[in-house]
Amino acid sequence: MSLYTMQKFLYTLNREPEVQRSYGKGGAVRDSLLAAYDLDSEEFAAIRNGDIGKLYVLGCNGQLLMHFAPLLGIPWADYLEAMREGVRKYGPVRAGIYAMTTGTEEKVAGV
Amino acid sequence: MSLVFAGVCSHAPGITGRAHLADAGVKDEFHRQFHRMGEELRASKPDALIVIAAEHFANFFMNNMPAYAIGMADHYDGPIEDPKWLGIEKRKIPGSAKLSQTIIREVMQTVDIAYAEEWRFDHGIMVPLNFLTPAYDMDVIPVNINCQGPPLTPLHRAWTFGEALRRACDKVPERIALVGTGGISHWPATPDSGKVNEAWDREFMNRWCANDREAMLSYTDEETYREAGQGGFEIRTFVTVAAAARGKGEVLHLKSIPIFAVSCTAATMSVE
Repeated sequence: MSLYTMQKFLYTLNREPEVQRSYGKGGAVRDSLLAAYDLDSEEFAAIRNGDIGKLYVLGCNGQLLMHFAPLLGIPWADYLEAMREGVRKYGPVRAGIYAMTTGTEEKVAGV
Repeated sequence: MSLVFAGVCSHAPGITGRAHLADAGVKDEFHRQFHRMGEELRASKPDALIVIAAEHFANFFMNNMPAYAIGMADHYDGPIEDPKWLGIEKRKIPGSAKLSQTIIREVMQTVDIAYAEEWRFDHGIMVPLNFLTPAYDMDVIPVNINCQGPPLTPLHRAWTFGEALRRACDKVPERIALVGTGGISHWPATPDSGKVNEAWDREFMNRWCANDREAMLSYTDEETYREAGQGGFEIRTFVTVAAAARGKGEVLHLKSIPIFAVSCTAATMSVE
């Protein structure tokens, strides 16, 4: 488990246009980019696949994910739903301070 | 001169980025009060604006996280977010390295802080500026309090930091405005987004308006996390402003707008 490293990558990605370009190329370029980070297979796959739900459950800070989502082209409502779906599929948030306190079918803001 | 204006406000990105999703009347009333706060700020004729924000891993990360940091540059860039997502275009924001350095030197007499000669503003500063100084024609001195990655600075240290900022403002010839951003209760960027604790927010703002130091400092992080969410940790910026202003507060707006994910707050405090 290397929550710190996952979040460090997302921090770097959110800040650096060149990293965004490399990630955006996908495939081998994306894999090579991620290989520089000490991630286990689950973490690697979650970032590689842009799996917001898995990243949320693994404990990634919401502020980092909130900016990763538009980079992936995910609208706000879909971003919130992706996290709910992550909890449905993978269980409760495992680490960090962004745990979910509402139900998976609850939509506090209507979205 | 001295401190000439003090206030606090929300900084949630939805305030600008999701404005189109809110009830128009509710959104317009909040924006109107936010602009009113800006008019009061500008009427105090400040030479510079100190914005105490709780940024969100835009400039500072857990490899080297300062409890407090102050910007020290002649200009800054922002927003770091996607402009379409935030609803604010990218631009340069003026600063004053010289004034920053003078303030930093005085603050350091009593509080150990970090300083930064580059800073890319995130929504914690850009959303307030959008309403307070919409022409982006006032020198801004950014301040960050770590409210994001525990362990967090204790509330009583945030108060001491506010006292140091006031002392620094009093020693410079420039007229300084001070605004704290963030809070109050909220669970942002999670599926809980939109949830607030209105009773907790009203009680906190009562304590803030009364400038009741003991009552504001009596919150524990455990209680805040339970009752006000991780976003509640941002009360540190409000505490710092109260310590600096020494006056009494007036709430211009305090109402939850769920699609904005916060109790949308705008308040001023007299400078005593």
